[in-house]
Amino acid sequence: MSAPKEKKNVALFVTCLVDLNRPSVGFAAVKLLEAAGCTIMVPEVQTCCGQIAYNSGDKESAKEIASQVIRAFQGFDYVVAPSGSCAGMVRHHYKELFEGDDTMMVAIEELAGRTYELTSFLHDICGYRPEDVRLDTTLTYHDSCSSLREMKVRDQPRALLGAVEGLEIKEAEDREACCGFGGTFCLKYSEISESMVDTKIENLLASGAGTLAAGDLGCLMNIAGRLKRRGAPMKVMHVAEILAGMGEKPGLGEGDS
Amino acid sequence: MQVTSRRFKDSAHEALHDKDIQSAFSKVKGGFPVARAKSAGELPEFEDLRDQARDLKNHILENLDYYLEYFEDQVLLQGGRVHWCSSYAEAREVVLDICRDANAKTVTKGKSMITEEMALNEHLSAHGIEPIETDLGEYIIQLAHEHPSHIIAPALHKTKDQVTELFHENHGKYGFTERITDPQALVNEARSILRDKYVNADVGITGANFLIAETGSTVIVTNEGNGDLTQSLPKTHIAVSSIEKVVPTLEDASLFLRLLARSATGQEMSVYTTFSTGPKRMEDIDGPANFHVVLVDSGRSDLLGSDKQDLLRCLKCGACMNHCPVYQAVGGHTYGWVYPGPIGAALNPHMVGLEESRHLPNASTFCGRCEEVCPVRIPLPKIMRHWREQAFETQVTPKPERWGIGIWAFFAKRPKLYRLMTRVSARALKLMAGKKGVIRKLPLMKGWSSVRDFPAPEGTTFMDQWKKQQREGK
Amino acid sequence: MPSRDRIFSRIRHNLGRGPLEGEAAQALKARIEGHAPNIVPKRTNIPHKEQVNLFQAKAEALAATVARISSFDDVPEALRDYLTAHNLATRIKMSPDKSLDSLPFDKTPMLEIKRGAAAPEDEVSLTPAFAGIAETGTLCMASSPETPSTLNFLPENHVVVIKASQITGTLEDSWERLRKTYGAGNLPRTVNFISGPSRTADIEQTLIMGAHGPRRLHILIVDDGPQD
Repeated sequence: MSAPKEKKNVALFVTCLVDLNRPSVGFAAVKLLEAAGCTIMVPEVQTCCGQIAYNSGDKESAKEIASQVIRAFQGFDYVVAPSGSCAGMVRHHYKELFEGDDTMMVAIEELAGRTYELTSFLHDICGYRPEDVRLDTTLTYHDSCSSLREMKVRDQPRALLGAVEGLEIKEAEDREACCGFGGTFCLKYSEISESMVDTKIENLLASGAGTLAAGDLGCLMNIAGRLKRRGAPMKVMHVAEILAGMGEKPGLGEGDS
Repeated sequence: MQVTSRRFKDSAHEALHDKDIQSAFSKVKGGFPVARAKSAGELPEFEDLRDQARDLKNHILENLDYYLEYFEDQVLLQGGRVHWCSSYAEAREVVLDICRDANAKTVTKGKSMITEEMALNEHLSAHGIEPIETDLGEYIIQLAHEHPSHIIAPALHKTKDQVTELFHENHGKYGFTERITDPQALVNEARSILRDKYVNADVGITGANFLIAETGSTVIVTNEGNGDLTQSLPKTHIAVSSIEKVVPTLEDASLFLRLLARSATGQEMSVYTTFSTGPKRMEDIDGPANFHVVLVDSGRSDLLGSDKQDLLRCLKCGACMNHCPVYQAVGGHTYGWVYPGPIGAALNPHMVGLEESRHLPNASTFCGRCEEVCPVRIPLPKIMRHWREQAFETQVTPKPERWGIGIWAFFAKRPKLYRLMTRVSARALKLMAGKKGVIRKLPLMKGWSSVRDFPAPEGTTFMDQWKKQQREGK
Repeated sequence: MPSRDRIFSRIRHNLGRGPLEGEAAQALKARIEGHAPNIVPKRTNIPHKEQVNLFQAKAEALAATVARISSFDDVPEALRDYLTAHNLATRIKMSPDKSLDSLPFDKTPMLEIKRGAAAPEDEVSLTPAFAGIAETGTLCMASSPETPSTLNFLPENHVVVIKASQITGTLEDSWERLRKTYGAGNLPRTVNFISGPSRTADIEQTLIMGAHGPRRLHILIVDDGPQD
């Protein structure tokens, strides 16, 4: 082995939304992890974490997808996802999915123990701090429910964002409230979701910040989509993009220009 | 009561377009949760108390039969009577019989969710006995012929103006003919009317927050004092309780009391916490001559040993609904049966059937705030997910939903096909969006597009770009 | 099958066992009879004098009013002053309790004292308390022929006389005092814990005092030296 000992062998769990909708978040994650001293691998057989099936009650499909994830991410020091929701699924819910299956449980416990949400991994495990990143704007951070409550991610992204020069963080009211995304919830109960995202948006806009960042693309697509529909001017970015110095690129729903 | 959970979506639609409901329920989050956070923050032991309360409730449930029998023995020893009821119907009959034995014309009632479950008021009325709710909120909704929209603030959905009208319509016969709008004056008017009701009632019916095995006591917790007047002035006191409310000792009740009011309203203690033990004693100059405890099972015992047993830990504090964004959006009545909010979403399918109430456990983002604040740490999202699994297995989940998930899972299980599908989708969606960067109408995704634009993909998937980079040795 | 049997058989069936007997039952019996405290907040681990101050501060925060007097002889005048200050009726319904027998009402001839349980027309009640709980500013009231519980609820104004020595730290302390007085496993018919005057927030979540119970709660603490 020629790699220096402290190089962490990290598998990136891209997540389905990043893969399809906003690959730049994945590349931002790669850039940050490399800067934090990690070697990055992207296992090819990954698709999604299985949460959609799991939360819809289709336990069998969820188990099959989870088994695939468990196999795909064997042998790495860490598994890191730019999403608290997907990381939370792996860390906390795979155990419930295979409750009573002792043979699977060993692998699941082992995987759960080395699976992290991106910002908490950078901050807590790598002791990383962005250097020479500048973005002159005001920003408000939305805590996704799974990051906040399942993965206990709250201060880490704020600490990292605090190291970005020129960035002023403006906290919104009721920041622990859900944005109304909830996976298929926003499709099945769109009117309730609308009311929730509107409440969220009013608080975000009232913060006076020009940019919104969060660590989960689901929330961001929901909020950005609603902001666009309402014609409200707020730029929406994944926190990884801002930290990786990609804060100047167009936000969600803004096209290429 | 009539179950209307099947109409959940329609009810939600109506509630979302009802200004009064929106104003009432959006106010919840600035009140109860703020007060709860403050009082929890002021008690360093709060989180430890929650752990201990969870463990103690689990211990009680594992030994429920023993503690119930001990409780019964003590009630009998103190001169009270205990009635066991498997079903609502039986409990209604038992209460009616006691009222008839007392030759009751009117009964006063303290706030009680179990009697809501039983639809006791309707039953008594149908048999010529007038039930009078005495908790101000319950009194208001009784006048309006409605049901509670919150388990500790039943008239939360009513505006002051609506209360003014209700009182004006109903209080004329007591000589109150003026239309009053000041909240203090409204309370005073109700107070003076109910005063006579307490004094003249033949029977007082209350619920119970706890049953104490050690002493055979029933415990009620109120802020108004209505429960105490209800149970101490009439000749007969009936305490109706579900069976899981028993706790072993007074010390155990203390543990739950420290959590209950803090979790509910942010108070350290509610104003009145009353332990009632048997009927009036030999020399007593007040108090009820007859003391009955009606214990109702109606489905509780079937939760024991199931994956939903944790629901029986519930203290009925309302914290879960106070913190629920869905509840705040749609209000309490939308849930369509006695318990609204997360506890209703997790419990009602057991009580009224999953087919009737399948929307309830589905209408959640699993944001997790309910579990975060539950004083006895009931894993509400997990139980809702169990219901979703049961609905999926028993084909209660509608076909289009099942197919949608099936198609997604089909691809997700086949990475190569999945790559192809995402490659095509990313390109197609990007093309659809053109330069705008968003798609206004996403095919087959009405739920998304009715509310939001769809932020367009960048065009090439991460996996394709990554592979290309790797090939090119970047 | 009678409902009682049906309920117990369902409970046991779902718990996967029969009735608890022998050691298992003994352990639960011992748990009840041992009535060990659970976690008790440390807030009241302070000298008794400070507990009394805490009781007063907590009660006042609950919108009760508190006056400190130095002996029982001062009760009639303190009561008169309170009634005058609030422009209240001078007819008092007082608990027929021995502890109040010696109150020198001859000093306050304008006060009309009747003893007994509460009647709807009573506007002011005067009662003793069983204990005070510093933790939350709560009064513990035990019913008896001498201390009818309706006096705690029916009149609009409730005045309570409590000796400083009756003020304890926690709920658990009051249980111990009750057990000492009434015997283990026994409670008086009614034990009321009262934390401030009656209130409601049932109309648009606006706090209004005096819903059904007393609008005003006034506590006279008699400084009688150290705790019992």
